[in-house]
Amino acid sequence: MTYMTIPSTISGGPSIFQVRIGSGEVLSAGDEADFLVALHQHSYQEHIGFLRDGGILLYDSDNVQPDPNKKQFVHVGVPITGLTIEALGGSAKDKGKNIFVLGLLARIFHLDTEKLKRLIAERFSGKSGDVANTALMAFQAGFAYPVGNVLSRLYRFEPGLETTAGRAQVTMDGNQALAYGLIAAGVRHGAGYPITPWSSIMEILRSELPKYGGVFVQAEDELGAVSLALGFSYAGHLAVTGSAGPGISLKSEAIGWASMAEIPLLVINVQRGGPSTGLPTNVEQSDLYQAIFGGHGDSPRAVLAASTVEDCFYIALEAARIARKYSTPVIILSDSSLATRIEAFDEPDLKSLMHDPEPDLAPRDEGFKPYALDRVTSHAAPGTPMRDGKYPVVTGLEHDEMGHPTGSPKLHAAMTAKRRRKLQLLAEEIPLPEVHGDPSGEALLVGWGSTYGPIHEAVNQARERGEGLSALHLRHLHPLPSGLNEIFDRFKRVIVIEMNDAGLYGYGQLATILRARYCNPRIRSLTKTDGLTFRVREILEGVLK
Amino acid sequence: MNVPAVLPEREKVTKKALTADHPTWCPGCGDFAVLAAFYKVLEKRQLPHENIVTLAGIGCSSRFPYFVNTHGAHFIHGRAVPLASGVSLSRPDLHVFLFGGDGDGFSIGGNHLDHGARKNIRLTYVIMDNFVYGLTKKQTSPTSPIGYRSKTDPTGAIDQPVNPIKKLIAAGATFVARTHATQINHMMQMMERAMDHDGFSVVEVLSECVEFFPGAFDAGNPRKGGAFTIIEEKKWDNTPEDEARHDVTDEIAAYRLANLPFPGLFGVFYEIDRPTKNSLESKWVAEARAKAGASSDVEILQKTFDRMK
Repeated sequence: MTYMTIPSTISGGPSIFQVRIGSGEVLSAGDEADFLVALHQHSYQEHIGFLRDGGILLYDSDNVQPDPNKKQFVHVGVPITGLTIEALGGSAKDKGKNIFVLGLLARIFHLDTEKLKRLIAERFSGKSGDVANTALMAFQAGFAYPVGNVLSRLYRFEPGLETTAGRAQVTMDGNQALAYGLIAAGVRHGAGYPITPWSSIMEILRSELPKYGGVFVQAEDELGAVSLALGFSYAGHLAVTGSAGPGISLKSEAIGWASMAEIPLLVINVQRGGPSTGLPTNVEQSDLYQAIFGGHGDSPRAVLAASTVEDCFYIALEAARIARKYSTPVIILSDSSLATRIEAFDEPDLKSLMHDPEPDLAPRDEGFKPYALDRVTSHAAPGTPMRDGKYPVVTGLEHDEMGHPTGSPKLHAAMTAKRRRKLQLLAEEIPLPEVHGDPSGEALLVGWGSTYGPIHEAVNQARERGEGLSALHLRHLHPLPSGLNEIFDRFKRVIVIEMNDAGLYGYGQLATILRARYCNPRIRSLTKTDGLTFRVREILEGVLK
Repeated sequence: MNVPAVLPEREKVTKKALTADHPTWCPGCGDFAVLAAFYKVLEKRQLPHENIVTLAGIGCSSRFPYFVNTHGAHFIHGRAVPLASGVSLSRPDLHVFLFGGDGDGFSIGGNHLDHGARKNIRLTYVIMDNFVYGLTKKQTSPTSPIGYRSKTDPTGAIDQPVNPIKKLIAAGATFVARTHATQINHMMQMMERAMDHDGFSVVEVLSECVEFFPGAFDAGNPRKGGAFTIIEEKKWDNTPEDEARHDVTDEIAAYRLANLPFPGLFGVFYEIDRPTKNSLESKWVAEARAKAGASSDVEILQKTFDRMK
């Protein structure tokens, strides 16, 4: 698993790249590092606290002067800048150091050099051949540096086990998984506007969808984007739009129209720190209220949250299923940590998952009502012949069963209930999530979204030490699955862990919703708002104190 | 698309078949005439009934979809152009008609109008311009003339109004026409030429609000003593008279005509051929599909996943 932290600048500023390697399930980026590479003095100072006692500091001795009193670390200085310039010639200046370090790491960690060289050649293939050659020279120079056998003896991996029974693994980031999940779900149309950290989903769909006969439009603004997507959906092609919090705020009027007109729509919110422009490149889970309640009037919509990169793929399929079946807007919550981190997961069985995206234009029989009160709405897209010659209008005004505007008190009550009832139907079919750990006991940690990894790792660590902790992770946040309270009742404490503010009354956003829903005083809250993912230690300290 | 093999027997598209709810407009509203002209055009052209789509945003005139018995959608204020763009781009089989007013099109939806025009989305947009917000009962609109007394400008409007024709030409619309709701034949001609145009076609119809701005367009109505002066378009017949006629592909000349004082001219100001976004996107799709050869969607996605192993 990798994590990337980049500043909100075009170029320059400190960038961090974390890698955690394990043979089993890698759940989080880890609380401390075994191995730290520092190219600059400021990165040394900023991150040396993250290195565990006995950990190795590999530093550029041309730029970094480590504190000689910190004897708890193994210091390995390499004149990285000088050696890179030596290897590439004076024109290299500051470039190529990262590839030199990759060479060093390949030697220390016994990485597959042939594969790395191939990747380097691929990565720089778009540019002139010189660039790829220079990069390979930097890699060779790093690999050839006599970093010492002592160091390389510390790290030796078992050769990768050939998984004969299981499926092959694919490696991608969360935004890629969401984009390809949408394609698997039969989504062929969409529209968006650039914003971090959503943009890469838009970029992938813009270049991929034409291969599948579709189109993704870069719109003039967020309002145009959601309106275009609704145009596609109204025309019979379930469509997607997305953004981060600021853009979702702009889309909210049109999402309300989708609730009222009952048009299926997928809305992705790759959350970042808020409010307003907030922390564009940091992580937060503070848009849950907005996702569920972010519209005027009673405007029901379904809200799902992806928990891992792999889940980003499957949540797109689930969201599309719900949107089509219930003719409703569905909001998918991801966040900036899922968006940019890379994970390996079992390759999905595409043959059984792929959907046929064609709209249904079969003629509708006499008496077709677009908003019949006795069934879930299923629209007739334009182009559908109507046997009784009566063509439907979809509308954001309150309407009767035929879609005619009405101010009738009875009809407004009945239609409001109709729109709400379909989410209640949905709640009945959502599977109850499984409890990780003991089915009952001392404390249940409840999470949603990208906190899945650190929460599960915290539970695993606590259980190894004999402490009774369990975890429950919610994918469906609105509506909630039925039967949660029965699970809560089996634990002495229920602690909802989320990356948002404790609020005026001391409870985070999901905790507040669960307390309102179940009136269960056992539900407590553990929140934080530092813009960083939860560390396992933070969770254990917060829960066990 | 799952188009049924045997279509139900096609009935003629008559005014009766097209009539839906009785309009909620005030008696005497200019929009009635626009609706009548639209019925007549559809009757004349006999498009497949199920392939006609009538869309609108919010405003008096944006109630249009309820009054036409075709597939339709009544959307939110100002965003009808992108909604219609989504319909148009994904459904080449449909005829997309968009109706709205001056507030919806030039004020809250002004940015979408510019970009729909620039992208040259294939659709026909009829803007019923009455120089006032009627549904909210007499506020200044983006086209209200200076001096017009409204509830938000009790001493007379002070802001420079939008010139719709200039705005549309500058934004990149490829068909721009202007007509008057009292001139039914001219209105029909403009609607027909707009729907035959392959691109973003806009017809501005001066449509009087009898309640809040009566008499606003009398200066363009011969029956009220005004002048309905039609633009003479070039016939390219090499006659001396043709020299003086308007070349609809000449952007600068169109701009100059649009600058004439009220009531100005009526007819086609600007009409050019430029590839639509519809055709450019389709071309990209065709090329991408050709590159993929005979691969099915599953195979294309599988190949992508194979590269990520």
